[in-house]
Amino acid sequence: MKRRVIWVSLVLVSLVLAAGFAGSVHGATPLTIGFLYVGPKNDYGYNQAAYQGSLAVEKAFPNAKVLQAENVPETSEAERVMERMIDDGASIIFPTSFGHLDPALNVAERHPDVIFLHQGGLKTAENLGTYFGTIYETQYAVGQAAGMATKKNKLGYVVAFPIAQTLLNINAFELGAQSVNPKAKTIVVFTGSWCDPAKQAEAANSLVDQGADVLTQHQDCTKTIVQTAERRHVLSAGYHVDASKFAPKGWLTGSVWNWGPLFVKMVKTVEAGKFHGSPYSHRYRAGVKEGVIQLAPFGAAATPAIRKKVTATYNGLKSGKIKPFTGPVKDQSGKVEIPAGKTPTATELEDTDYLVQGVTGKIPG
Amino acid sequence: MFVEDVLIGAVRSGTAVLFAAEGEVISERSGVINLGTEGCMLTGALAAFATASWSGSPWVGVAAAAGVGVLMGALHAFFVVTRRANQLATGLAITFLALGVTAALGSDYVAVEVNPLNPVPIPLLSDLPFVGPVLFNHDVLTYCGLALGPLLWVLLNYTRWGLVLRATGESGAVAFAYGHSPSRVRYLAVMAGGALAAVGGAQLVLAYTLNWVENVTVGRGFVAVALVIFAAWNPLKATAGAFVYGGAVSLQLQLQARGVDISPFLLNMTPYILTLAILVAATRGRAQRAPDEIRAVFGTAGA
Repeated sequence: MKRRVIWVSLVLVSLVLAAGFAGSVHGATPLTIGFLYVGPKNDYGYNQAAYQGSLAVEKAFPNAKVLQAENVPETSEAERVMERMIDDGASIIFPTSFGHLDPALNVAERHPDVIFLHQGGLKTAENLGTYFGTIYETQYAVGQAAGMATKKNKLGYVVAFPIAQTLLNINAFELGAQSVNPKAKTIVVFTGSWCDPAKQAEAANSLVDQGADVLTQHQDCTKTIVQTAERRHVLSAGYHVDASKFAPKGWLTGSVWNWGPLFVKMVKTVEAGKFHGSPYSHRYRAGVKEGVIQLAPFGAAATPAIRKKVTATYNGLKSGKIKPFTGPVKDQSGKVEIPAGKTPTATELEDTDYLVQGVTGKIPG
Repeated sequence: MFVEDVLIGAVRSGTAVLFAAEGEVISERSGVINLGTEGCMLTGALAAFATASWSGSPWVGVAAAAGVGVLMGALHAFFVVTRRANQLATGLAITFLALGVTAALGSDYVAVEVNPLNPVPIPLLSDLPFVGPVLFNHDVLTYCGLALGPLLWVLLNYTRWGLVLRATGESGAVAFAYGHSPSRVRYLAVMAGGALAAVGGAQLVLAYTLNWVENVTVGRGFVAVALVIFAAWNPLKATAGAFVYGGAVSLQLQLQARGVDISPFLLNMTPYILTLAILVAATRGRAQRAPDEIRAVFGTAGA
């Protein structure tokens, strides 16, 4: 009796296996693209922006299989997720977090036939390119909105880690604020985490206690700070995506990503076999001009004067007439970092390791 | 004012831990350590946030959290009281279970809209200088938390209920001999503890972060367990401990916001260093004051 059960199950198992193999042989391997996010895809932030980009890819390639992986830590776990995606047939992988770069480089070395498009990194490989947006451009415009709106001349900035990306945003924000309000100061607080809502809540509250009356942020998940600002009756400027619905009274505007068109273009390039030698195989940077960076809709707190100024700046960024980092730019100690008349390229700016004059707060060294 | 700002922050960010710590006091006084406190907070946080978003009412969320906390407590009690499993291992297993389950079930609730628990200033009292903003300008759950320590202290020391609880924690056999069922007492204590920890999680997401994300508590439940030991199982000292932790969280951000020239990464460690330092300093004499049945868990009974 027992033996018969074993036989029956063996037969069943082999049938299932055979069916599985037959399936994989039959279907011509469709284009498979994998996306990795460090956080949840609905965080009103960095990951949601990248996820929206993946949806655009899904729409543009209806026959493609798009694999999604949320909450992938920036450790060897990311390597495992990428290996599994490759097992599932992925030929293009988007590791979308800064810290996914090193795991991606390891996997890229093992799979030279798979193309990796990493978001925000500084290193590349034969089959790994990195793309990013010069979002500091719109942060300059957002800084102008904050500088015009503040009554106490104190702006609060909640930041995760001091890396070039975040320092550039803080600097552009303060320079923008100064351009319309020379008295405006930006206070920076580092939370040491991309998304720890409790830290964010305490940081936002501390900044308001300190007298900041406009809050902005460089965090992955953005709801806590926007809503805390609203609750404390101060204004907020968003980041990554439009979160204006959490601040019906205090929302000014914000910098948002528009990854969709770029993602589609990159996948098309890889599909056509033209990745190698394309700009995407190196360090690719795009901004307002290319449509990758946009402004969030204006909110109730944006007065007509603010809207006019910020829109004019946005158009200036688009045409290339306005460059947020135009010398002279001095750091907190007064040292000239960008000489008068100079405008560094996006790549040069990524070496930024200082905060500009007018910023209160210290880079941990 | 700096001191006032730090103290306001201490109450603001310490309250969630306070609830969990008082819950753990009840549980440990009955002789059960619950390292699943972290898991109770997490499930409570998700239950509160999800239910509040469905129902539109934060109080329905708080009630749901308490209910889920009771269930989590019952689960722990089933393993350690009925099945006599190792308390530390069971608690950790429950926390890891909660981490996974809430991550999976909670993915649809990240950043959904809820009606939060907003501050309700107490008339007259909130106008007092210094004390007013520090103590009397918070959400209703925070007021409950402030009352919890003294209430529990009275219950433990001056009521029959407290006596039975303490007797069970010192020696289940003695409590049994006097006609009380140690299992029943422990079940109730662990379930009450789970409920309080879960309400702490609810306070965290509904009054403080206004957001749910995976692992939103980031170890606050473990801090609560450590605080209970440092507080020598005294609910009043546990209240103080929770606010010391909250104060350390607040202090480092207030210092940063004032541009103090110290590495924020070092400052980020303050809550944990402070908690550890106090623990180390306080351990010597305290071990003697541990309920006997708790000492048995660590294998130091009769030492």
